Amino acid sequence: MNRFFRSFALMFGAAPRKPEPGEVTPAGKALMKYKKTPEQVKLRKEKIAHEHEHPVFSNKWKYRRWASIVILNLLFIVSYWFDVQLVEGALTASRFVGFHMADLNGALQVMLAYKEVMINLVIGTATVVIAWWLVGGRAFCSWICPYHLLAEWAEWLHLKLAARGWAKDHAFHRTLRAVLWFVFLALAAITGYTVFEYVNPVGIVSRALIYGPTIALLWVLFLLGIEVFYSRRFWCRYVCPIGLSYGITGAISPLQVEYNLEKCLHEGECRKVCLVPHVLEVTKMGYASDAFEYIGADCTRCGMCIDACPQNALRFKLRGLDKII
Amino acid sequence: MTDEIKAAEVVPKKKMSSRELEKRRMFLRSVGAGITMVSLSLVGYYPILTKLFSRLRPPGALIEEKFLSACIKCGQCVQVCPVEAIKLADGDEGFGIGVPYIDARTQACDFSCDAVQCVLACPTGALTHEIARKEEVRMGVARLARPDACLAMRGEGFKGAARSGDFKGLHRYVEVDRWTPVRIADHSYDLEICDLCVRECPITGAISLQPVSAHAGDKRRMPVVTSQCVGCGACEMMCPAEPAAIVVDPKIVKERAA
Repeated sequence: MNRFFRSFALMFGAAPRKPEPGEVTPAGKALMKYKKTPEQVKLRKEKIAHEHEHPVFSNKWKYRRWASIVILNLLFIVSYWFDVQLVEGALTASRFVGFHMADLNGALQVMLAYKEVMINLVIGTATVVIAWWLVGGRAFCSWICPYHLLAEWAEWLHLKLAARGWAKDHAFHRTLRAVLWFVFLALAAITGYTVFEYVNPVGIVSRALIYGPTIALLWVLFLLGIEVFYSRRFWCRYVCPIGLSYGITGAISPLQVEYNLEKCLHEGECRKVCLVPHVLEVTKMGYASDAFEYIGADCTRCGMCIDACPQNALRFKLRGLDKII
Repeated sequence: MTDEIKAAEVVPKKKMSSRELEKRRMFLRSVGAGITMVSLSLVGYYPILTKLFSRLRPPGALIEEKFLSACIKCGQCVQVCPVEAIKLADGDEGFGIGVPYIDARTQACDFSCDAVQCVLACPTGALTHEIARKEEVRMGVARLARPDACLAMRGEGFKGAARSGDFKGLHRYVEVDRWTPVRIADHSYDLEICDLCVRECPITGAISLQPVSAHAGDKRRMPVVTSQCVGCGACEMMCPAEPAAIVVDPKIVKERAA
């Protein structure tokens, strides 16, 4: 339970910390001790040297994810343009073969602004909450969100520029997102308008894809510009309230990324590619509290760390599946 | 003693370590970004407060203010409309971004869906489900804005298509095709006195032509709108005068609802 609260606090902006000795399980302690024996330290150094000589990098999950984002958004477009009525609407609210779906954050905004709730909206929101709880909450971000894909390309450009010294990453405090999440919900309730939707690039991009380009896309371009030149993944990391809403949904999801302390060499390759590297602090030497640990609630289940890990110390895990079988 | 106190006072003024400095910069940057983001989102208030836009909303729309809050900006109403009358507003309309509207002159709602499909599609009740028939709709009210341009007011007839060749607007002519709306530009008329707004009105009894004078030889007729008008804009789209002699005022919806 304690670990769950820590993962939740981390999502709302708390700094990652080493676990207290009392929080580490006997298995975790034993593994740590074993890893610090001189033979193991030597072996690890050799293994890492070998990794540097023969780097392996997989794009398996990345390309699956990109395919998922493209196909799902294409479904919306095709459904409308060819009138097949498979997925009607946009990402803010839709009907999937007739079933109502409503974006959790969008629905919250509307409920607070309008102060009346239609049964359709309740059904749509509940469907989405259950569906995204099952597949891991922020999986919405990395597997569905069209802005995420654009931001990934902007991030690629940013890293290229940064390597040449033409751009520098300016970090923001992660509490900013939690504050904005509350502020935008409060603004919806106070003003009676869905204020956040005005700057929401996810809605803007989704609608532009389906209903045709709009001048609001300039705002999205501006945000991408910030991400390329000023701050890596600015929107997704520090601003997006949608991400936090889904993060809360998936905090106790059965689908998790599992960390295997024994296999890990603590190279830090995973943290370099991660959108939310604070959830991977656990992979630092001395930060794990058990032999196996789930990555925190803020994890988008994008699988980049799984692709990046040279030792297969990270993997997708369906919680409780072994108990059922 | 005094020296000690002085030293203690001086300590906080000492140069901060680069790490502390970066921490402080990050904090200020974050506060700045937060304020900027909220301020930018509130820019959306401007077109609302100044009433920059006065849009005709789809059938069943709540009064403007409530409509903007209840709409989830998904465009499901856009997708079900058989004549594609509904469009989504752009970022220049502030909080109205992504909210549906109808530009009646370009493509009016002619109720060719037979029910109010957009209302049924709406997931949030922004298009209120209390409406089930086209006669119950109150989007606005038609008004003869340019009587001088009105052919009937001038006692003139009309020949040819109501709108010019490149006009893409659709209308359902029951006598041509009961189920599929066709292009207005492809449908020709030959009228002794222009009565297009009355003839193509989808609501019975919403508009009629009345004689301008009691004189029997006077061919002039005036389109008179009744309280049964739902404000669909079919008359505005159909009017052959350029710009249209008859237009729909969306604002009146508010007054009526109040």
